[in-house]
Amino acid sequence: MIPLSWLIALSAVVFVIGVVGVLVRRNALVIFMSIELMLNAANLAFVAFASHMKSLDGQVFVFFVMTVAAAEVAIGLAIIVHLFRLRETVFVDEIHLLKG
Amino acid sequence: MAALWSIPAVQTATWAFVKVMIILNGMLGVVSYLIYAERKICGHIQARTGPNRVGPFGLLQPIADVLKLLFKEEFIPANANKVIFHIAPILAVFPAVVTFSVIPMGPPPMFVATDINVGLLLFLAMSSLGVYAITLGGWSSNNKYALLGGLRSSAQMISYELAMGLSTIPVLLRSGTLSLVGIVENQAGWYALGRTPLALPNWGIFHWYLILPFVIFLITAFAETNRAPFDLPEAEGELVAGFHTEYSSMKWALFFLGEYMNMIVISSIAVTLFLGGWHGPGLMFGANGWLSEGPPWMGLVWYLIKLGALMFFFIWVRWTFPRLRYDQLMGFGWKVLLPAAVVNVLIASVWLFVRGGM
Amino acid sequence: MVAALFFGFAALLVVTSLMVVLHKNPVTSALFLVLAFCSLAGIYLMLRAEFLGMVQIVVYAGAIMVLFLFVIMYLNLQHDVETGLQIAVRRGLGWFVGALLLLAGGALLKRGWALGPANDELPGAEQGNVASVGRVLYSRYLFPFEITSILLLVAMVGVIVIARGRTRHTAREGGAA
Repeated sequence: MIPLSWLIALSAVVFVIGVVGVLVRRNALVIFMSIELMLNAANLAFVAFASHMKSLDGQVFVFFVMTVAAAEVAIGLAIIVHLFRLRETVFVDEIHLLKG
Repeated sequence: MAALWSIPAVQTATWAFVKVMIILNGMLGVVSYLIYAERKICGHIQARTGPNRVGPFGLLQPIADVLKLLFKEEFIPANANKVIFHIAPILAVFPAVVTFSVIPMGPPPMFVATDINVGLLLFLAMSSLGVYAITLGGWSSNNKYALLGGLRSSAQMISYELAMGLSTIPVLLRSGTLSLVGIVENQAGWYALGRTPLALPNWGIFHWYLILPFVIFLITAFAETNRAPFDLPEAEGELVAGFHTEYSSMKWALFFLGEYMNMIVISSIAVTLFLGGWHGPGLMFGANGWLSEGPPWMGLVWYLIKLGALMFFFIWVRWTFPRLRYDQLMGFGWKVLLPAAVVNVLIASVWLFVRGGM
Repeated sequence: MVAALFFGFAALLVVTSLMVVLHKNPVTSALFLVLAFCSLAGIYLMLRAEFLGMVQIVVYAGAIMVLFLFVIMYLNLQHDVETGLQIAVRRGLGWFVGALLLLAGGALLKRGWALGPANDELPGAEQGNVASVGRVLYSRYLFPFEITSILLLVAMVGVIVIARGRTRHTAREGGAA
């Protein structure tokens, strides 16, 4: 049986890597990928608790998180594509004018 | 060493590894002779003999082909992304081979490498991973024809994956398990046709609500493996050679190998889900007469016969039908197959619920 | 033995997620993210969540990342160029915040965790993971399940509307400008 603290530590490390990715990178797509990393770290925490508390609710919640993440990625990428068409760039610090 | 062997997990893992090695080497041999079979059958369909120079009846042709491919010069395009260019062909073969580990080729426990209880989901997962090979192969070549072919092909594959997954649901509804061994075991025996003395084998296709899923699965199998009539992304005439334009020698051979392995894997899954897997009359070796189950090795023989029949069907269709245009292809996948698969799930679930079979 | 396997997958996960964040080429970042998802699926399989492990590969690695790759190839993105003092300062601040978060997480982990029930089996383990998850999903969580399907429909319609680009109607007006 894998100790719970190891799993939560792993989830925390991956979450922090995702946070650093959002803060450090300028490319909107890489920021999006770091957000996916954070979501997956949360999923890992859910599954870890589901396995240790002997309850299936954690796994069902992960199922829903995956579904919502898929929908979110689709819409987010569509927005980024549209933004690229308008601004010719995907770097978030170059998109700083509200004027269309 | 003895202490390590006493852990049951180590034993199962070692036996699974040995079986996978046997399957892998066997399948490599089968694939090369499948290419020979395709050229022979193609020749006869086109009213000529296929290869017949190298060896008796051309049987050494695959060996000659392999030697030629090994000695060809490797080209790598100038501005190609070298790492991804090298990885893409490997990604073409890897998912197909992984799926082989869960396909039952005969009665368990000897003829199946591992029987995980989500076997069908593993197949769907690996076919989702198979999209990467073509996408990355097309993109890393730094060639607009390759990129176009790669993107078209991956769009086609992910569109038809939906219909494929949905068409396997009636099978799951009937057998109640995702494990491939469980699905085949659910197709054992014979079932009587009403009050007549006739009986049909209990295979998938002999139940009326699984005929349409079988047809849908076969059509999506053609689209998933990029075989004709859905092979526009790699068509020789239209797109130079599609996503494998810039590949030469062994890398191209790996793509080719991957396509045929994918064909074998999808046919194996079709045999497992719809055609009864290893079940078949025992004939002279039957335990209780001609129609009962024979010894275990007979299961392997029946599986190979059914697989061969489906392979012949794949090759036959390729050289019979013309190619679909890309918009016709995508329209067919989204507007015809997907609604048909969804309606089918509805019909099958209603029938099974009414009959109380679930 | 289980611990060794877990450490293998965990190390792979951490290394690949670091490479996602650090690498300059977005395509390579996306491929490392695929590897991260696959190693995470391996960890799920070890935690006896087979259904989730396979769904992770089908949905995340097989569909979402393919979508990412499509968009990156469509936008034809090259290596990220990251020079300049302002950017370097922002990067330093980002790493500093990350280190702070990691320290805070480590301090929290020092507390003891409650142990679960004494037996070693998940509920419904004898029917297999998929059947038990399905049983819970279609009874207690039926409403969220149906709502997510509507959510996916809304997402699909939204994506098509957003990504369609200029229609002939707007192009006529915008073409003269």
